[in-house]
Amino acid sequence: MSMDTQPTPQPHAEAPQTRPARGAKTLGEPVVIIENVRKAFGDNEVLRDVSMTIRKSEVVVICGRSGSGKSTLLRCIDQLETIDGGTIRAAGHLMGFRETGGRRVPLRDHEVARQQRDLGMVFQNFNLFPHISVIENIMLAPTRILGRPRAEVKDEARALLARVGLPEKENAYPRQLSGGQQQRVAIARALAMKPKVMLFDEPTSALDPETVSEVLDVMIDLSHAGMTMIVVTHEMGFARAAADRVVLMHGGEIVEDAPPDQFFTAPKSEHTRTFLSKMLSH
Amino acid sequence: MNWSWPFFFDYITNGLMMRGAWTTVWLSVVSMVLGLGLGIVAALMKMYGNALLRYIAEFYIWLFRGTPILIQLIIIYTGLPQLGIRLTVIESAILGLALNEGAYLAEIIRAGIMSVDKGQDDAARSVGMRWTQRMRFVILPQATRTIIPPLGNQFNGMLKTTSLASVISMEELMRSAQMLAQINFRVLEVYSVAALWYLLLVTIWSAIQVRIEAHYEKPFGPAAAVSPEAEKELKKALQQAGTAKI
Repeated sequence: MSMDTQPTPQPHAEAPQTRPARGAKTLGEPVVIIENVRKAFGDNEVLRDVSMTIRKSEVVVICGRSGSGKSTLLRCIDQLETIDGGTIRAAGHLMGFRETGGRRVPLRDHEVARQQRDLGMVFQNFNLFPHISVIENIMLAPTRILGRPRAEVKDEARALLARVGLPEKENAYPRQLSGGQQQRVAIARALAMKPKVMLFDEPTSALDPETVSEVLDVMIDLSHAGMTMIVVTHEMGFARAAADRVVLMHGGEIVEDAPPDQFFTAPKSEHTRTFLSKMLSH
Repeated sequence: MNWSWPFFFDYITNGLMMRGAWTTVWLSVVSMVLGLGLGIVAALMKMYGNALLRYIAEFYIWLFRGTPILIQLIIIYTGLPQLGIRLTVIESAILGLALNEGAYLAEIIRAGIMSVDKGQDDAARSVGMRWTQRMRFVILPQATRTIIPPLGNQFNGMLKTTSLASVISMEELMRSAQMLAQINFRVLEVYSVAALWYLLLVTIWSAIQVRIEAHYEKPFGPAAAVSPEAEKELKKALQQAGTAKI
């Protein structure tokens, strides 16, 4: 069982004392509930019985060395991968399935797409659409998928570009932007669908060191605005600054799930201590 | 030496030849557009279809790439009536050319789709696009960039392949030349003029193709790799160096 390393039932109880600046934050009802999720690629078991709950406005950082299953977990939540067992509920959907008379039926492509609209995803390699301009990247899904009026969506897209600090780039093509700028556009593109959860898959790993902070600043702003976020990252500074919980994955299991203070100063798992010592020795 | 310049110049302005050239153009365009539709459907069936659809697409590609277009045209126009299927000359020519072209284009389109980064499909899914939307808005527009150069090459070939439709008496450029040759027996002059017409059409198409390629390359082009700031800096530096023109 992967949950026995979890701390107290109320992991946020001491947060107000230790981090008064964030003490005002109130977490709402669960938005993502992951139960006993399993996933294998062939013989390679990438996720073994993973369970966790993320509440509204909560920011959870997932770390772990490569191959620990953290990116796969994120991709399973967004149904970019199908799961082999367990349950993922996100933004009110039973992801990837429909329950009829106690039986689970896998959803069809267009039904999965409908669920995915409520989740935003940011990728390591940005994956902006290179053939259209920045503003069209942001407007594509709201106008073409939701069929909303262009003028209204364009106003929102411009507001989003201003929010990520790139108001002057609306007519640029992705190739004309730096990595950090592209990633900020990618965040704006995801936000344009007004998602209930934002998933970040190593959003700064492909960036030049000097542009990492401009992306992290946008993410921190987002967390202050109350966005529910699951962030796979090695940026421990971000974890300290913005996370409500830090999770360590190892060998496809969750081995530590604690508030940042506890995670960094008094980790319960041997794996966490090893992980932290390697991060610090960089 | 028996070359007649008067006949040569007469054929250049000959109305029958001009009408033939025009028929060659529209027959090529119509067959290409229909072939493109067939090619897209066949490529998608082969890549994303179930076993049956895949088998049908592979059989179609195998059959039409594996037999001469000349035989295909003759079977459609002259052979099918035996089975009670009677098509006009124009219908037969378009059908034959489009079916043949579609089989070749299917493979080109498949390669184009495969050239699009897998992350693009992930991104399109993540904003909630279903398969048809991912294809239409994200994958195919990007595949187009890869497809355009070989597609232009195929259209260049199509302009000349239409000459084979002359065997089923389609009155295109080749057929016009044949008819004129039978009237005056000025074989060298009339076929030289026909060859010039084909050269002209292909040359015009090449110019159009350059523009189409430039259009689809714009978001990716080398100029795009330079940021606006860097471009400004470069202009300033060049102006200071005394070369005001850029």
